Amino acid sequence: MRQRSLIAITAALTAGALTLTACGSRDDKDDGDEAGGGTTVVIGVDAPLTGELSALGLGIRNSVDLATKQANAKEYVDGVTFKIEALDDQGQPSSGQTNATKLVADKDVLGAVGPLNSSVAESMQKVFDDAKLVQVSPANTNPALTQGPDWNGGKKARPYKSYFRTATTDAIQGPFAAQYLYNKAKKKKVFVVDDKKTYGAGLAATFKDEFTKLGGKVVGTEHINPDTKDFGAVATKIRNSDADLVYYGGEYPQAGPLSKQMKQAGSKAPLVGGDGIYSADFIKLSGKQGVGDYATSVGQPVEELPSAKEFIANYKKAGFKEAYEAYGGYSYDSAWAIIEAVKKVVDDNDGKLPDDARAKVIDAMKGVSFDGVTGKVSFDEYGDATNKQLTVYQVKTTDPKSGWKPVESGTYTGSN
Amino acid sequence: MHELPQQLVNGLLLGSMYGLIAIGYTMVYGIVQLINFAHGEIFMTGGFGALTVWLWLPAGTSVWAALPLMLIGAIFVSTTIAIGAERFAYRPLRGAPRLAPLITAIGLSLALQQAVWAWYPEAKSARSFPELPGGSIHIGSVTMQPGDVFLLITAPICMVALGWFVMKTRIGRGMQATAQDPDTAKLMGINTDRVIVVAFAIGAAFAGIAAVARGLKYGQIDFRMGFILGLKAFTAAVLGGIGNIYGAMIGGVVLGLAESMATAYINDVPGMDKLGGQSWADVWAFVLLIVVLLVRPQGLLGERVADRA
Repeated sequence: MRQRSLIAITAALTAGALTLTACGSRDDKDDGDEAGGGTTVVIGVDAPLTGELSALGLGIRNSVDLATKQANAKEYVDGVTFKIEALDDQGQPSSGQTNATKLVADKDVLGAVGPLNSSVAESMQKVFDDAKLVQVSPANTNPALTQGPDWNGGKKARPYKSYFRTATTDAIQGPFAAQYLYNKAKKKKVFVVDDKKTYGAGLAATFKDEFTKLGGKVVGTEHINPDTKDFGAVATKIRNSDADLVYYGGEYPQAGPLSKQMKQAGSKAPLVGGDGIYSADFIKLSGKQGVGDYATSVGQPVEELPSAKEFIANYKKAGFKEAYEAYGGYSYDSAWAIIEAVKKVVDDNDGKLPDDARAKVIDAMKGVSFDGVTGKVSFDEYGDATNKQLTVYQVKTTDPKSGWKPVESGTYTGSN
Repeated sequence: MHELPQQLVNGLLLGSMYGLIAIGYTMVYGIVQLINFAHGEIFMTGGFGALTVWLWLPAGTSVWAALPLMLIGAIFVSTTIAIGAERFAYRPLRGAPRLAPLITAIGLSLALQQAVWAWYPEAKSARSFPELPGGSIHIGSVTMQPGDVFLLITAPICMVALGWFVMKTRIGRGMQATAQDPDTAKLMGINTDRVIVVAFAIGAAFAGIAAVARGLKYGQIDFRMGFILGLKAFTAAVLGGIGNIYGAMIGGVVLGLAESMATAYINDVPGMDKLGGQSWADVWAFVLLIVVLLVRPQGLLGERVADRA
């Protein structure tokens, strides 16, 4: 009897834990309107909807949702109702791959927006490519995703034909930051820190190359473990390195505490990062020590673009709980790129979806060109965005909602 | 080497936190031979208990005034959960094979994590925690924050209080007796069930204090913070000699110092420049653990208990 109750309790607890975990991955499933007779086309979304990066991930999901709602309201593609299927990858490559497999298995899915992390994208690309399902990332910036692992050695080769992105790459983002900080902000000595992940390490490397090329000096490097929040020892090294700038390749959950701790340790250097730290949560985590820090992000500030006014107004009207964050505009444009491609496929096939719709959508993507929220949306021969705008932002106040202010926008013009 | 004093303080701070959490592992293990893998999450819920108290207080309350209430809130939540876990998850399994309570503990740890994630408002990403007011404190080349000072004062006080409790009070002596031989202790009239509950409660109370200290130090708490810290604290308990309360504290400090030294100096050792830095700190901490266990399998302060298992 005792043994039996023991097993029952263990099983109950384990089952309870598993159920809770499962709830987490399912609760954000969003459903558009059921198709009233016509065809339903599902656009998959893969992003971190929970966990540390969820602020960015939820912004992506909401923006894609908004795009499909707009398309349905306008009846943009005759007889087709769009719907989203949002899956949570928690920033984990393994979850991303599972989600990709899931989306591929659903015959109604004709395209996917996401993921947020370059490391997650690496795990998804082949799954999508094998199934000829188009994937458009609003946020991946690692150059290797579109140009192959040897992109830096001059041998660019596109590894997967189904992968596109609306964000520009770190091959541009890192050097862009270096030029601004060396030439305009007059910073000469940098301490480079990264989290060893695909995105962070890649970005830090491109920054370092350009910064030294310009004449700047690297006074120290450090790799951190993204699972920890204690950067005391690293902060002490930074303070003693006499750096006037700290470049961090990684994301805000680590960048925020790092900025706070290095300044508490006595360093006066601002922290600079890429689009991975350009989030309201960075300001929450770094507090008053974060004021003065910089971030670069892809594109121009959405708020400043005339093309974005409608997006912002509609986003407000739709009543989403979460902000659209750094990638909202790009996600909206990514979803619209898929919608445009679907429209072309349907129009070319006398108003019906052909049997090999997925492959046709990939072909149609190459010709997509429209004025999106973030400017002109089209793709080059590697699947990269042709729009290569970037902006430097600086934290001016401790208010998370309005603390980031754009200081300079431009296009990188350099040795590349 | 001019940064050495600061790095030692960094290690000491990290180590004190590991030590405070490690007490919970070591006391429970010492008495019921159970590795309570949910202890990291009990620590985490303590942090959210303190945050809840802080959010209840009227806006503008000074953090110093709120601190005692936040500590009470943290300790209340963490001990309640620990006592509940003992009563409903571990006690029914007492006498069952070792593996059963271990699995329950892991299940409980996941359940607690997900419960906070699902039900605590806005706990899906990190929540900011109040910081102690006041600027940095400089002592020679060492810089500290008020939150660090809180941790440095609290940890030794807790240790001394615990030492007094175990040595001088009736229930403390009952603990020692139960740890030595539970069956004989029961025959001698000791209420072993109560002793076990007290051991869980003390460990949880210390975890609650550690959670407040962590919140004050980093200015944020999140629902996953218990996992890694719990694992490190468990390592500290093993390093110090699991079952020995002073060992837990010493193991924690040794581990903290090892991590801090590894981050700061391994890079400078010739030929090791690829194996140093913060991302390798955990590796060196575990290398240290393996070396200690090879030379002294019972841990730094532990006694041989293998024949009793």
